[in-house]
Amino acid sequence: MQLPPALCARLAAGPGAAEPLPVERDPAAGAAPFRFVARPVRFPREHEFFEDGDVQRHLYLQEVLMQVADAPEKPRVPAFACQVAGCCQVFDALDDYEHHYHTLHGNVCSFCKRAFPSGHLLDAHILEWHDSLFQILSERQDMYQCLVEGCTEKFKTSRDRKDHMVRMHLYPVDFRFDKPKKSRSPASVEVPGDSGERSEGEAMEICSEPVAASPAPAGERRTYSHRSVSKLFLKHVLNVCSVLRILGCTWAAALLILNSER
Amino acid sequence: MWSRRQGRLRPTVCGVEELRRRRREQEAALRKARREQQLVSKRLLREDAPEEAGEGCVAAILGEAEVQQFLRQAQRGTEEKEREGALVSLRRGLQHPETQQTFIQLEGSMRTLVGLLTSNQALLQLEAARCLHELSHSEQSTIAEACLPATSYLLTYLSGHSSDFIELCLYTLGNLIVESEAVRRQLLPQGIVPALAACIQSPHVAVLEALGYALSQLLQAKEAPEKIIPSILASTLPQHMLQMLQPGPKLNPGVAVEFAWCLHYIICSQVSNPLLIGHGALSTLGLLLLDLAGAVQRTEDAGLELLACPVLRCLSNLLTEAAVETVGGQMQLRDERVVAALFILLQFFFQKQPSLLPEGLWLLNNLTANSPSFCTSLLSLDLIKPLLQLLPVSNVVSVMVLTVLCNVAEKGPAYCQRLWPGPLLPALLHTLAFSDTEVVGQSLELLHLLFLYQPEAVQVFLQQSGLQALERHQEEAQLQDRVYALQQTALQG
Repeated sequence: MQLPPALCARLAAGPGAAEPLPVERDPAAGAAPFRFVARPVRFPREHEFFEDGDVQRHLYLQEVLMQVADAPEKPRVPAFACQVAGCCQVFDALDDYEHHYHTLHGNVCSFCKRAFPSGHLLDAHILEWHDSLFQILSERQDMYQCLVEGCTEKFKTSRDRKDHMVRMHLYPVDFRFDKPKKSRSPASVEVPGDSGERSEGEAMEICSEPVAASPAPAGERRTYSHRSVSKLFLKHVLNVCSVLRILGCTWAAALLILNSER
Repeated sequence: MWSRRQGRLRPTVCGVEELRRRRREQEAALRKARREQQLVSKRLLREDAPEEAGEGCVAAILGEAEVQQFLRQAQRGTEEKEREGALVSLRRGLQHPETQQTFIQLEGSMRTLVGLLTSNQALLQLEAARCLHELSHSEQSTIAEACLPATSYLLTYLSGHSSDFIELCLYTLGNLIVESEAVRRQLLPQGIVPALAACIQSPHVAVLEALGYALSQLLQAKEAPEKIIPSILASTLPQHMLQMLQPGPKLNPGVAVEFAWCLHYIICSQVSNPLLIGHGALSTLGLLLLDLAGAVQRTEDAGLELLACPVLRCLSNLLTEAAVETVGGQMQLRDERVVAALFILLQFFFQKQPSLLPEGLWLLNNLTANSPSFCTSLLSLDLIKPLLQLLPVSNVVSVMVLTVLCNVAEKGPAYCQRLWPGPLLPALLHTLAFSDTEVVGQSLELLHLLFLYQPEAVQVFLQQSGLQALERHQEEAQLQDRVYALQQTALQG
């Protein structure tokens, strides 16, 4: 297929429409048995006209699956520690550090050090947990905002909000980022009946976090029963202490005292 | 900008013949699926570090006990590396459908995985998300549905800041969406549309490409026209999508491909196309077409057709909307460079991807049908001859070429004068020799117009054995009347 040489020049030149030649139709043009009518054509979604192009599209998507073998290796760097005060996590890949930083230090409440997955949830937390004006206002009007992005509904209590999120937005009843505020006592912990598994798992996190500040995200009450996990707790405290001893932290001692009071 | 897309995945070391064979098989399977309207494809991000992929990247199938053990280790292990390692092992096992089945049948397994997904340990979170991603690749909707407890968290994490993690969540969501209507029925009330609308403002190219993928999967759903597209059109997504398609230094081909396909699924569902026209879709897509033609001229890069195809489709379908005429009282798309660009693309398709010629010609039809200006451009830019060169490609292409020529000819004598003399009549005599009824039928229509508006053509037609060419078809039911009418015209002329 050979294109006229001037075509490329036309493409490169400025916009413009051709001055149309005069249109002059003869009625005999559309007279039977001839039936041509100039008309734009539209094809709906599933029309077979699209088959070839659709197949090309899906071959492209699947190619990404076929060419799985060599993922570029994560660039490794000399080991370095997270610079955030109190965080002793060490990394040897920048991607890992980026994810760690955003997860644990990105949206952190300056009052209670809890980390959140997004600014949106952090803002809601600060308002509901640390803003005394919020408490006052919420007695008179609906202040608890639905946590789902894009939903503007507000509620009188956090319980009502949860009901809304469960019923209207099909959110899980135990959505981790919407636990009601409970009063905290640092040295005592109780386990909630149904999430025994998970809370045990989270006990681990004390290892890498400064123990003085609980690293639990929004509203999550990580609570443990004295009886069932105290041994585990002690073990982890000791782990922490050995790490902290290496780092020369002094409040590890305070923690030991705390634990021995049980 | 248009250089070969640097995916994170490179070709396997494989014989060329083997690759071709595999591709042919794949294509056949895809065609069959499309005919059954079951066309589903998924994206799998698999990142095995080279040392892990040492002896044969094929991991073993895991039994119930092993799955349980890895989960326990991940949840309760003492060393972070140990916990991560357990999840990596689990993830590799989950590459197998059997392990996936075992996993979802194990009580509490998803709950544990979701707990790890939402834990504070960033790297555990990432590994847990990768396990979910493996599960999302399953072709069984039961497995996709087993992942339902995780979706609210996947959506929550879309408004985070860790781009790799967001990318993973998006691909996982895209895979789950396409597999099960139950998943879609949950994701919509969970706010997937606002979550995507917020996420589309990310500056990260990888995130945008993943988002485009997830959105394209959502838009392909059977129920999309009624249940999904209206809320997408009501959000800020269309404006952002069009922004991603604007040519310029910021245009990323991988991202543009995804959003062009998204637009296509929206437009061909015909929910509210005037809205898109109001957002400037026609001019954006027109400019993109020009840009594509420029790129085609500069490089030999294959892959441009992946973007060209949906752009052509969007333009063609949008041009059928009445709104096209009413905005400002004239067609929004009037620039004749669009015709020049289209022909450059047609030539590109002719050489690289002939199966896309019909789509390009479809746009040409829609441009010229009601536009004297574009018909004039075809003549003044000397494009009739190249158009005729496409006739031999296939019957479908022939019919479309002849239709476009009819669009020009039906505008009257001023147009037919420019079609004559020239290669048109010999070409028509040639197509009259075809056996395909539709091709011949369209040739007869064109002849009729030519005879009507350019009577001198009749003589030459007769001299070149035109009557014999007509006689061949006088028994054909669908052609008889027109053949007879033309014979009469020719004999009287």
